[in-house]
Amino acid sequence: MSQHVARHWRKNAERYRLEAGKCTKCGSIQFPHRIICPDCGAKEFETIRLSGKGELATFTVIRVAPTGFGDLAPYAVGIVKMDEGIQVMGQLADCNPEELKIGDRLITQFRRINEEGKTGMIIYGFKFVPDVGL
Amino acid sequence: MKEVAIIGIGMTDWGELWEKSLRDIAVEAALKCLEDAGMDKVDAITVGAMSGGLFNAQEHLGPLVADFLGQKFVPATRVESACASGGLAVKTAYMEVASGLAESALAVGVEKMTDVDGGEATYALATAADQDNEAFHGITFPGLYAMMAHAHMKKYGTTREQLAQVSVKNHHNGSMNPHAQFPFKVSLETVMNSTMVADPLRLLDCSPITDGGAAVLLTTVEAAKKMKRPYAVITGIGHATDTIALAQRSDILKLAVVEKAAQRALKMAGKSIKDVDFAEVHDCFTIAELMVMEAIGVVEVGKSGPAVMDGKTALDGDFPINPSGGLKSKGHPVGATGVAQIVESVSQLRGESGKRQVKNARIAMTQNMGGSGASSIVHILEARS
Amino acid sequence: MVGIVGYGTHIPRNRIKVEEIAKVWGADAPSFKKGLGLNEKSVPSPDEDCATLSVSAARNAVRRAGIDPQSIGAVYVGSESHPYAVKPTGTIVSEALGACPYVHTADLEFACKAGTEGIFIGLHLVKSGVVPYALAIGADTSQGAPGDALEYSAAAGAAAFVLGSENIAAELVDTHCFMTDTPDFWRREHAHYPEHGGRFTGKPAYEKHIDGATAAMLEKSKMKPEDFDYVVFHQPNGKFPVNAAKRFGFKEPQYKHGLLCPQLGNTYSGSSPMGLAATLDEAKSGQLILLVSYGSGAGSDAFIFRATDRLAEIRDLAPRTRKQLDEHKIYIDYGTYAKYRRKILKPE
Repeated sequence: MSQHVARHWRKNAERYRLEAGKCTKCGSIQFPHRIICPDCGAKEFETIRLSGKGELATFTVIRVAPTGFGDLAPYAVGIVKMDEGIQVMGQLADCNPEELKIGDRLITQFRRINEEGKTGMIIYGFKFVPDVGL
Repeated sequence: MKEVAIIGIGMTDWGELWEKSLRDIAVEAALKCLEDAGMDKVDAITVGAMSGGLFNAQEHLGPLVADFLGQKFVPATRVESACASGGLAVKTAYMEVASGLAESALAVGVEKMTDVDGGEATYALATAADQDNEAFHGITFPGLYAMMAHAHMKKYGTTREQLAQVSVKNHHNGSMNPHAQFPFKVSLETVMNSTMVADPLRLLDCSPITDGGAAVLLTTVEAAKKMKRPYAVITGIGHATDTIALAQRSDILKLAVVEKAAQRALKMAGKSIKDVDFAEVHDCFTIAELMVMEAIGVVEVGKSGPAVMDGKTALDGDFPINPSGGLKSKGHPVGATGVAQIVESVSQLRGESGKRQVKNARIAMTQNMGGSGASSIVHILEARS
Repeated sequence: MVGIVGYGTHIPRNRIKVEEIAKVWGADAPSFKKGLGLNEKSVPSPDEDCATLSVSAARNAVRRAGIDPQSIGAVYVGSESHPYAVKPTGTIVSEALGACPYVHTADLEFACKAGTEGIFIGLHLVKSGVVPYALAIGADTSQGAPGDALEYSAAAGAAAFVLGSENIAAELVDTHCFMTDTPDFWRREHAHYPEHGGRFTGKPAYEKHIDGATAAMLEKSKMKPEDFDYVVFHQPNGKFPVNAAKRFGFKEPQYKHGLLCPQLGNTYSGSSPMGLAATLDEAKSGQLILLVSYGSGAGSDAFIFRATDRLAEIRDLAPRTRKQLDEHKIYIDYGTYAKYRRKILKPE
């Protein structure tokens, strides 16, 4: 089983702590991190942490899952409009996909995303769960 | 820049071609094209293929194709833009001729997707998405387009039936295409009852996994005139890119990349969409065709669903779309699709499309797209006698 | 003075009822429910593990503590279902919280006692002045062998405690412990399921150590059972802790708030720590809590805490444990349970 250790490790700050970059010139928030601000072209960012809260902008229910995601199928993947104004894609957990609606309030939670085989690296990250105060 | 003409077209049958290898398919398509053009030597070759590496463990497709086509020492380039690789191959061949660097340039689109199993093929296709921020979360290509469909249905009231009708129309056209992978009609009920893949898209909303090749030969208009054979001229090319990740688009309900590419192509050709007689568009999923209709300006934003139901884009409608059967019925060997759109357009402009012939076909548009709308290449072609 | 500055728990949303498991093995559900004092248990989704539960519980604890994660000087995660056999859970948690890099981290293991071990070590570390705050977590997603009695109780959950010497919500009065080498329950490396000594897990194991630690703690602190407002014992099922209470003369009002097992199952390293958290959700200022954990192998850690004024102030900064236990449950069937817990043989 091939290993992709560094590729995932370097995304830890982003995936574990939702660290985003706020352009020091125009205030635009970039998640994931970028070197160049796509809105103003500046190259300086301040690190902020997203709150993890947002609203479901659109979603689908994956019934034919890619390799490694079969045990969770059917699961929903959505684009969430975060309270900070940016859009983030993520998988939705702890919910019945049939009951989801565009506009639902969600919050991120630390979850296991994938693993590189039974003996390989476990890759952690964030998923969205219904924001019900638990 | 010199004016560029297309003097030869060719494609293999499309489907699961178990007996044919990647190079067999590329060579077969190229030979048919050269035969059609009445030529046996070319000055340059461009190969459009999404991933020889992931599907066939074979890169360096330029020399591979030149070698096996018997074009010794000919410069050959492999270009990639995911599912828009074919359109990019045609654009690159155009640049070779237009710049004067080559008198004739062959664009070959090819993909051999069945040498790997379904899981690996899906993985290879997913590399057109944002690996670290989309595929990472377990999204698939049907899933990305399904998200656009869901939002489109919520905002504009587009219905399941309207999505399905795209598939019905394209199958109707494809049933008359001898090269198509699925040359048969399907009913609306069949599409609506097919297995759900990623809500709301079902199996028959999605283009298939296909092996196939297509090729076109480009040369200068001066040279084309001398041959005294029917030819088409590429009068406009538009190429644009947008964010690779769907979540980062300014408006996920708009294929801005297609709007931009189409505007650029039409501007170069000195035409408006009203001048175009028909289009071959990238219906990787039914929703894609609906959104492309809006992006190229055939209908107002949000109105594509009703337009399809009304038959506006049928073979005998105001603006026929995908007379070839589209990706849905013809198949979608990724790198070959963009080239096959040109093949169909030239055939139509020559009046050689038999039962699928669009009446008074003088000006064609082809629209090829990569990823969930991260790249698009649009060509405008005009008939010349 | 040292104590608990913040606390938090996390429980997966899935539940499976005793009836659902009994049905598959042809067992008599009512007698299992009565005999074990269990109704249902929590089940982790395939995307949950000891690390993810720890992070969620820890985030709740830090929220209640109101501290900057950078000021956490030590992180200890106790579990018997660490995601890796070699590669610490503690560093994953530290990174997720933002406590890195100046943090002492260790993974602990002692069957169900690993959570309170971290609390014991963390409290004394803070007391020694080496770190301003320590974070101790007990988290598990343990497995019960199919068809075995433990399948009805093996559950998933986590509790986390920020320990410090400022802004204390529950002051530490004293600690004690009682350990012997007793092989009542174990799991060899590479074995998927644990094994146990059947009835041997009762008197010579659970009872001997719980009773030993409780008696020693009462003696050392010169207190009697009636002096306590609350008592929390390790809860492998709904019967053992109730019987322990009876043996010492503790009454139902004292143990009922911390008794989560009947609806939660046995969360192993999270078991008595989660009972403590549920108790902290109720305790009034000045009230005394006795906590006695148990880990097979075997041993018990004992703690006496006294609630302060601050407890009521921080309580609702994060979700209460009973709320996590009772609300928004997703009931699953045995097939889904077997799939989630990877009990189904799949091709490689």
